[in-house]
Amino acid sequence: MCTVCGCGEPNASGHAHEHDHDHEHHHHHDYGHHHGEGAIDYGAGLAGVHVPGLSQERIIRIERDILSKNDAYASENRARLKANGNFALNFVSSPGSGKTTLLARTIADLSGKLIIEVIEGDQQTANDAERIRKAGARAVQINTGKGCHLDAHMVGHALDELSPPQGAVIFIENVGNLVCPAAFDLGEAHKVVVLSVTEGEDKPLKYPDMFAASDLMLVNKADLAPHCDFDLAACKANALRINPRLTILTVSARTGEGLAAFYGWLEANAALAAAS
Amino acid sequence: MHEMALAESLVELIEEEARKHAAQRVKTVRLAVGALAAVEPKALAFCFDAAARGAAAEGARLDILYSPGKGWCLDCAEEVPLSERGGACPNCANYHVQMTGGDELRLIELEIA
Repeated sequence: MCTVCGCGEPNASGHAHEHDHDHEHHHHHDYGHHHGEGAIDYGAGLAGVHVPGLSQERIIRIERDILSKNDAYASENRARLKANGNFALNFVSSPGSGKTTLLARTIADLSGKLIIEVIEGDQQTANDAERIRKAGARAVQINTGKGCHLDAHMVGHALDELSPPQGAVIFIENVGNLVCPAAFDLGEAHKVVVLSVTEGEDKPLKYPDMFAASDLMLVNKADLAPHCDFDLAACKANALRINPRLTILTVSARTGEGLAAFYGWLEANAALAAAS
Repeated sequence: MHEMALAESLVELIEEEARKHAAQRVKTVRLAVGALAAVEPKALAFCFDAAARGAAAEGARLDILYSPGKGWCLDCAEEVPLSERGGACPNCANYHVQMTGGDELRLIELEIA
């Protein structure tokens, strides 16, 4: 059940709900215009300002972020993950960067050390969840249909369905898209952006929001680097220009190169989150 | 690119506020959209019209207040205009600029009837 709205919708389809959050500020001012000594003050109306073409009594001040609903769900997910000792990562990248291969390999390599469970996001098919299950982890597939990203409400429902055990690490594999998922907080501890060497070193500059929102960048398919004109140093410099705090690791999910460093990062950050 | 999702979220917010204020109809919706918010105002307006059908916001005029990107240049120690995330300081051409504004995406006010 969704603990924000109390709805019991079992499939994670991202349907709409209404919630009341008390963010609004409602001010009561005196009605009408203020007539002083030969002065007509149009700024003294209900809204406190005069805007041409708008009748003052009927302007209501809202001041709410358009993403405030998503952010409320995200906070709920975050609190719930923390209460259950779950460390969640949101993996974002363009399609075909090797996210699923990376996750499957990580699950296989760390079996016995960490309990890892996965929420898979794609527009269609349950292929990725199948691949993850074959690697030995429990997985829930979210199909967004027309959607280009996962939102926090969908992830809340996926957590209901997954019902992860205490202390498990949760991998959320977002829809392959370097634009939209940057704006949607899912309640994760960190966003991890995966960039493969076949994509070009200027991706961080072309899609800056995603790299700005992430804490870790994995440069994947390192084994293919000799065959591509990929300038690793330039790629790192570009990413750090957008986000100076970004941690960057070079890996190959196929050969296993560099994965020890990623596993070290994962275990250290999961332990840190659990202890704090 | 995710303007449709934003428009749907906006329509929901308006629905909620309209109900709270017992509005029959929403005439104008005023938004603050920053240049660095990764939102295309024209696409948002287009999606808003589609998403508002059948809701309180149907037919409402969307008034978007567009705010420019701003950053703090660490080298010049002053606020500078920022045309893109990760962009250079227009004064010193260095990239030591931290974004300080222009990424907002907020419903400011509604004119209701």
